[in-house]
Amino acid sequence: MMKMLNLNDIKNYRISSSWKNVFKKTLIYAVLSAGSLIMILPFLWMLSASFKLEKDVFRYPFTWIPETFQWINYMKIWKKIPFLLFSFNTIKLSVIITFLQLLTSSFAAYAFAKLKFRGRNFLFLCYIGTIAIPWQVYMVPQYIMMRHLGLNDTHLSLILLQAFTPFGVFLMRQFYLSIPNELLDAARIDGLNEYQIYFKIMLPLSKPALASLTIFTFVFVWNDFMGPLIYFTSDKVKTIQLGLRMFIQQYSADYSLIMAASLVSLIPVLILFLALQRFFIEGIATTGVKG
Amino acid sequence: MNKKGNTSLLYNKRLVAYSFLLPNFIGFAVFTLIPVVFALALSLMNWDGANEITFAGLKNFRELISDETFRISLLNTFYYSAGTVPLTIICSLGLALLLNQPIKGRNAIRAVYFFPYVASLVAVAVVWNMILNPTMGPVNEILQKVFHIAKPPRWSASVDWAMPTVIIVSIWKNMGYYMIIYLAGLQGIPRELYEAAKVDGAGNLQCFFRITLPMLTPSTFFVSIMLTISCFKIFDLIFVMTGGGPGRATNVLVVHAYNVAFKNFNFGYSSAISLVLFIIVLCITIIQFRMEKKWVSYF
Repeated sequence: MMKMLNLNDIKNYRISSSWKNVFKKTLIYAVLSAGSLIMILPFLWMLSASFKLEKDVFRYPFTWIPETFQWINYMKIWKKIPFLLFSFNTIKLSVIITFLQLLTSSFAAYAFAKLKFRGRNFLFLCYIGTIAIPWQVYMVPQYIMMRHLGLNDTHLSLILLQAFTPFGVFLMRQFYLSIPNELLDAARIDGLNEYQIYFKIMLPLSKPALASLTIFTFVFVWNDFMGPLIYFTSDKVKTIQLGLRMFIQQYSADYSLIMAASLVSLIPVLILFLALQRFFIEGIATTGVKG
Repeated sequence: MNKKGNTSLLYNKRLVAYSFLLPNFIGFAVFTLIPVVFALALSLMNWDGANEITFAGLKNFRELISDETFRISLLNTFYYSAGTVPLTIICSLGLALLLNQPIKGRNAIRAVYFFPYVASLVAVAVVWNMILNPTMGPVNEILQKVFHIAKPPRWSASVDWAMPTVIIVSIWKNMGYYMIIYLAGLQGIPRELYEAAKVDGAGNLQCFFRITLPMLTPSTFFVSIMLTISCFKIFDLIFVMTGGGPGRATNVLVVHAYNVAFKNFNFGYSSAISLVLFIIVLCITIIQFRMEKKWVSYF
């Protein structure tokens, strides 16, 4: 078989396969770029509309770059509704919940991954089981409980509800499992107790997982809509998502202002995403593949 | 003496483990585990939040049968899931396959597809509603003036198109997440398999159907379960984009449960609706796990 191929055949084969490759690559790029455009156009439209005059937002033919930039739109939104207060509330909630989540779930995950105790498997099953139960199933009992505690319409209610989610424990445990036990045994022989092992070995090693959990929790709290919708009724505790919806309902015809407010609500997440993209993707891979 | 020392050591070990667990467990037990158990009980009660709780037996569940909005919501939830689950799987798998090729700018492209997933739902819903505005929106302008379609769809404002519109936006928003899971799955397939297949004379298509797809079945299994659960829980997107309307065209189970609880203050009945939701999700998940052996292959 090999003898029958002469040099020319091989050359021809190479040329045709490289043409095929170029064609294939072009096709892949074309499809991916067209898709990217669909992904990104709504955001560009938002950006463009936010700088336009009200009457120009829907004008046809459509222009991407407004004739004059209406920077004033970005001033107006802060005055129409207490957007600054809402932003502050959202930052406060996101930071506190993320901090508590990191602390308690990495602590608990250490016990689940590396310590032996009676009832470990059963308890872990409870944690996993509740991940699969839709939150809406128990939102009413949670609401009633919070009302009994007099915590409705306070930030504490959402903090208590969202700081101890089983998801965090699950994610951290998956990561801890990949740290070899021999390392911990060696530390135990050296006389370190479990707390020292946790703080001196596990915590420094688990930075990537902690980073993943941080951004997941932060983005979740930042974007959460249903939780604040149920618990927060007065303006002084509302979050940015509720504010945005309030804005949409009250000024439903102020299209450019709505777009400006939407854009402002997206910016923190965008910055976080661009800076820590790697950890988002690693976090998903950790829970997805090993789970 | 020795034995006693051992048991106290064991006891100590257990105490240490519990001390690690406790801060999280208390919060988890009080605010998640107890409400889950309580939800079960509440579905058997009558309660408006102000008056006494009374035992209702199965009354709430009997009421469900004659509740037309419940029936519509249930069908809408199935409609939404039947549209979203397969299409999201196809889109995210296709994307992952393309992105798994050696191309330049991979990370940037991946970021573009993933960003809608982390973007705020309220902002995304409002911008899509504007782009798809039936009379003024750019999409319909283009359909009318460039493609000369006299009557373009009225998107989220029409009874027939509202659900497809929500499905499209949902796929657009979430496919980046599932794409990442598929990409991780693809990277776990050993290259030698393809090399061996090529030596044996297999073409690209054969490689795809005989190697890629079977090797990805664990990822597909995980994605289909996650997607199904999240589809049955759908709330935010619909609440902000259509509010369940027009009419009841996009009223799904959770929107119904929300309205019953927080607008009509019928907490018992709302819990019954949620419980039905849970039972459906549970059944589908169990069926998926049962069928796992038939099509999922772990290597």
